[in-house]
Amino acid sequence: MISVAKRIDVSGLSAYYGAHLAIEDISMTVEPRSVTAFIGPSGCGKSTFLRTLNRMHEVVPGGRVEGKVLLDDENLYGAGVDPVTVRRTVGMVFQRPNPFPTMSIYDNVAAGLRLNGVAKRKAELDALVEKSLKGANLWNEVKDRLGKPGAGLSGGQQQRLCIARAIAVEPQVLLMDEPCSALDPISTLAVEDLIGELKERFTIVIVTHNMQQAARVSDRTAFFNLAAVGKPGKLVEIDETQRIFSNPSVQATEDYISGRFG
Amino acid sequence: MSQSVTSQSAAKPSQFGRRRLPRWTPAVIALVAVLVGTGVGVGAGLSSHIQWGLIALLLFVVVNYAVTAAVEGPRQAKDRVVTSLVWACFIIAVVPLYSLVESTIAKGVKVLDGNFLTHSMDGVITTGPGGGVYHALVGTVEQVALASLMAVPIGLLTAVYLVEYGRGRLAKAVTFFVDVMTGVPSIVAGLFVLSFWILILGFGYSGFAGSLALAILMIPVVVRSTEEMLKLVPNELREASLALGVPKWRTIIKVVLPTSIGGITTGVMLAVARITGETAPVLLLVFGNQLINFNPFSGAQSSLPYYVYEQYAAGNPASYDRAWAAALVLIAFVMILNLVARGIARWKAPTSSGR
Ligand SMILES: Nc1ncnc2c1ncn2[C@@H]1O[C@H](COP(=O)(O)OP(=O)(O)OP(=O)(O)O)[C@@H](O)[C@H]1O
Ligand SMILES: [Mg+2]
Repeated sequence: MISVAKRIDVSGLSAYYGAHLAIEDISMTVEPRSVTAFIGPSGCGKSTFLRTLNRMHEVVPGGRVEGKVLLDDENLYGAGVDPVTVRRTVGMVFQRPNPFPTMSIYDNVAAGLRLNGVAKRKAELDALVEKSLKGANLWNEVKDRLGKPGAGLSGGQQQRLCIARAIAVEPQVLLMDEPCSALDPISTLAVEDLIGELKERFTIVIVTHNMQQAARVSDRTAFFNLAAVGKPGKLVEIDETQRIFSNPSVQATEDYISGRFG
Repeated sequence: MSQSVTSQSAAKPSQFGRRRLPRWTPAVIALVAVLVGTGVGVGAGLSSHIQWGLIALLLFVVVNYAVTAAVEGPRQAKDRVVTSLVWACFIIAVVPLYSLVESTIAKGVKVLDGNFLTHSMDGVITTGPGGGVYHALVGTVEQVALASLMAVPIGLLTAVYLVEYGRGRLAKAVTFFVDVMTGVPSIVAGLFVLSFWILILGFGYSGFAGSLALAILMIPVVVRSTEEMLKLVPNELREASLALGVPKWRTIIKVVLPTSIGGITTGVMLAVARITGETAPVLLLVFGNQLINFNPFSGAQSSLPYYVYEQYAAGNPASYDRAWAAALVLIAFVMILNLVARGIARWKAPTSSGR
């Protein structure tokens, strides 16, 4: 896959739900070909921030974004930028596996292309589906039942199917919102291994509540927090994962990681 | 302490067990209640069978409550009473339906045969036997098809607009008008088309005029049922598709609609079934015809409800038979549509479909 991983530069980003300010003034840089983990207490705006990175935030009624997100120097929120194209470049995996229930395993993986009306020859499509499923570590489990409904897989398999579906459109950045929160330890390990492989080709951002997971898979970690309930979430710090977990520069980060929070 | 639950409960009564009535108790009580009800009815010379049934019902509920309360306790007794009330309501609801179908079949089969289905009333004297329903069947099929052709696309698109795009004033206004349309009596829809299409615009009576009124009645039903089905599609599926870089309109066509197509089809079919039996607008607009008129756009047509009305109004034994037979055809037609709808809904249900 010839994916060109991209660097993301966020500056002064705030996101609203109607009149409610959910995250305020966030600036950070996400390095290409690396895994960046977002951690922080529930409700601090990790998902919201993640969704601003591929313009999914505005899908929510009343969703509004201020600030800039530069993807290799091009502002995703610039005038004339088509959100649909942005989403093809920046893929997303959701917290709960959500395969299309009307489609087979094969069709689920091919969905990104099919739904976009990209006409491919059967052989090409077959190859792409196989490559994506192999990329998601799922090929061996499903190669004999590609025609069966995708909803008939186990939760962990469904999540990997969703990852295969996301990487089949060959994005340059992959956003994952708690991809393992509904999975058992074995499936979690499979997904984590997968993340390790995928970072060779993609820029990966992952939200997780699991500190060990953040420590295991990520190169850099960002800690989000909110001053009080009802206040907007803010980025506290972002640094090398090792530093965040051993010697963070802000006291709140250390408190959160060591469980002395709140 | 508790090695084996079974051996313990064999020794002494279990903590959770209590005295229970045998499973067949309600059946026996029901039987006795029916017998007593009949006895009282015959003895007191009550002519109405409904009174017999009510006596039996009352007896059943009271005795059931008393017996259960005595043996099993008050909570179980209440449970029994509510259960028996639910059953009673169910039976009360089914009895009219059953007797309707039964009497229609009993009276309808007399003249219902191949000849009846394939002949019009051309050259048949109303007071004599013979003739058939073919011209009315043709009329109904054409009128309903035309009405569906108009109402289904409009209804579907309106529902898609309301669920997927509708925000603010316009959506509220549309919802309001759909609600109002749901409440429009069919005769009013008929009068509206009559005054607008026929009296003001000057088009003649025709099957199409009828189908205009039918479409007015059908649109709100289609909108409502489709709306409910679209709302059932989880937002996650829309987001999954959007996150793949699929434009919204394609997401709707390729993901949202296929996921809900089973329910939408059922809703549409029920709407079709509903307008098929609609009589008032048809009486006003298609004018009625004894002959076969294949062209719904020009000239008078008949239709099944119209035919039933017309034959019954003729008021002689032969035409009564024809009216009942036509009613049976109408019921069968609607029933078949419903079965088809169910079949499609099951066939298209999301989880079962593979590639
Ligand atoms: N659809 C929505 N409409 C209105 N407010 C929302 C919506 N989604 C989230 N919010 C609000 O935005 C804030 C941030 O929510 P978000 O989902 O981003 O938190 P999170 O950090 O992902 O939490 P978690 O770890 O529990 O997933 C919360 O205060 C939440 O109430
Ligand atoms: Mg979240």
